[in-house]
Amino acid sequence: MKIVTLVKHVPDATADRTFTADNTTDRAGVDGLLSELDEYAVEEALKVGDAGTDVEIIALTMGPGGAEAAVKKALQMGADSAVHVVDDSLHGSDALATAQVLAAAVTKIGDVDLVLTGMASTDGGMSVVPAMIAEYLGLAHVGFVGELTVSDTAVTARRDDDAASETIEAALPAVVSVTDQINEPRYPSFKGIMAAKKKPVETWTLADLGVDSGAVGLDAALCVVREVTKRPERSAGSVVTDEGDGGTKLAEFLAAQKLI
Amino acid sequence: MAEILVLVDHVDGEVKKTALELLTLARRAGEPAAVFLGSGYDAARDTLGQYGAAKAYVVEAPELEQYLVVPKAEALAQIAQSSGAGGVLLTSTPEGKEIAARLAVKLGSGVVTDAVDVAADLTTTQSVFAGGYTVTAQVTKGTPVITVKPNSVTPEATGGTVGAEDKVAVAFSDAATKARIVERKPRAATGRPELTEASIVVSGGRGTGGDFGPVEALADALGAAVGASRAAVDSGWYPHAYQVGQTGKTVSPQLYLACGISGAIQHRAGMQTSKTIVVVNKDPEAPIFAMADFGVVGDLHTVLPQATAEIQKRKG
Ligand SMILES: Cc1cc2nc3c(=O)[nH]c(=O)nc-3n(C[C@H](O)[C@H](O)[C@H](O)COP(=O)(O)OP(=O)(O)OC[C@H]3O[C@@H](n4cnc5c(N)ncnc54)[C@H](O)[C@@H]3O)c2cc1C
Ligand SMILES: Nc1ncnc2c1ncn2[C@@H]1O[C@H](COP(=O)(O)O)[C@@H](O)[C@H]1O
Repeated sequence: MKIVTLVKHVPDATADRTFTADNTTDRAGVDGLLSELDEYAVEEALKVGDAGTDVEIIALTMGPGGAEAAVKKALQMGADSAVHVVDDSLHGSDALATAQVLAAAVTKIGDVDLVLTGMASTDGGMSVVPAMIAEYLGLAHVGFVGELTVSDTAVTARRDDDAASETIEAALPAVVSVTDQINEPRYPSFKGIMAAKKKPVETWTLADLGVDSGAVGLDAALCVVREVTKRPERSAGSVVTDEGDGGTKLAEFLAAQKLI
Repeated sequence: MAEILVLVDHVDGEVKKTALELLTLARRAGEPAAVFLGSGYDAARDTLGQYGAAKAYVVEAPELEQYLVVPKAEALAQIAQSSGAGGVLLTSTPEGKEIAARLAVKLGSGVVTDAVDVAADLTTTQSVFAGGYTVTAQVTKGTPVITVKPNSVTPEATGGTVGAEDKVAVAFSDAATKARIVERKPRAATGRPELTEASIVVSGGRGTGGDFGPVEALADALGAAVGASRAAVDSGWYPHAYQVGQTGKTVSPQLYLACGISGAIQHRAGMQTSKTIVVVNKDPEAPIFAMADFGVVGDLHTVLPQATAEIQKRKG
């Protein structure tokens, strides 16, 4: 079974993330890493292999030069090979262009049974790319999956929304995006880190994918960011130490603010 | 004036508050038209009219309930194309976003998710990077597809009625029936307000030590929803549906009380835009105090019950 896991390289969420002059995410000024939520997708792919199915796992990323760090982590965890789509004209691509390029890469990889992705990237965080890829490829997409069973021909997934817990069945090939509830991603072992150095990483350009460079990037984006403003820091309020009356003081504050 | 389509969230015709919020926003930009998918339209008609739906498109088909989102996306795409709509508004739920994603591809339109405001020209406001930045954006091509977070606007009634009703027949494609819903187990109701819609949220974290009793009691005294940090959810103390944060719910209530929660960036991402923030934590160095309008350094197991009792006394 051929599984593609989508891995995105993102600015570290615990660092000071900012924007560049053209209102795109600053990907140079901040250390990057594999979007943590994509580790769950890699782990789930590895688990299909652990369960006895013969799997080939390809980690796929689209992003600038540094994005290789994301595929490296996936290879260290246990993916077999990686594809990195990199092209100068991709800068500023919106979700639709990103999905179109990733869909083209999945097609070029060929005979893919399952595409596993994270529930959201930790920077853009729109949670739309997986469904868009499925739409471009004409495939089923099961999103926000908390429990997954993969057979030779189909996936069975449990997902919990506010109102209910659902069980979904979809025939392969399919796209599945998983939540951080689904598993506990493994840490790369020393053996895994050494093995990753020898694993193949292919670099593809838009020309390799047959995608028109005019259809992607900032100029082709179907949506423009007009303005970016840093949210004013919340000014710290008053803090009291409980001396037996902390709860009463809390209630008094709420009453003074007319919140009760 | 162009029609602005609003996808109506409902349970068997019982219209959700979020749909009324979308109708209120749609009125700014054009003529609101409700898109009602599934059964139960008769029960919804009056409410939709009262909140400004000038028109309603109704699609009833078993596929809408039997298969995951694609039938809904196809129905909406067909209506958007035939009506020449000026925009489509959906709620920012996992389902709403997924429909929006597919719809945007089908229409070749730009999409904005998680808007907290929509202006008359469909310029959107979003909060990004864990609430650290506010961004305004505009879809420049196609029919803008916008998902809006719950609680972004107060629903305003117009007292109107639905003027025109259009029962639409949709021919679903093969792709529409690829992901089948084999089982759906509704969650038991808690009797508390819904987390994303509540005007007050009381959340508990690892500091509860697993006992959510004091958090729930305070929530009930305030008529609030209960939330939880991921640490509490991962420990199995509270269901994931109540997690607040990056991989849980984003809430933006009038009042947020964080009890025994340290304030990690992933948690802040889900509550940073709350109007008033109150903190109870025994560690004065906890980062969450930096964003508190009012904080109590103390043990939540004594502070919360006292606050609950005092609130009940004041409410009489
Ligand atoms: C990809 C990713 C996604 C994540 N998504 C989320 C998310 O959606 N939501 C989320 O919440 N977290 C999320 N996290 C986890 C987040 O980083 C923190 O680990 C988590 O928020 C910590 O929860 P906590 O504050 O309850 O626990 P802790 O950080 O352990 O804090 C507990 C606090 O309770 C206080 N305390 C202890 N005992 C008492 C007492 N008796 N009375 C009063 N105070 C007491 C302590 O002083 C401490 O400040 C995510 C992490 C990652 C990597
Ligand atoms: N540039 C990218 N490269 C690889 N995977 C991506 C990229 N963008 C998005 N994804 C995948 O799609 C998921 C959802 O992304 P998003 O829609 O941006 O929230 C992520 O968790 C990734 O698995």
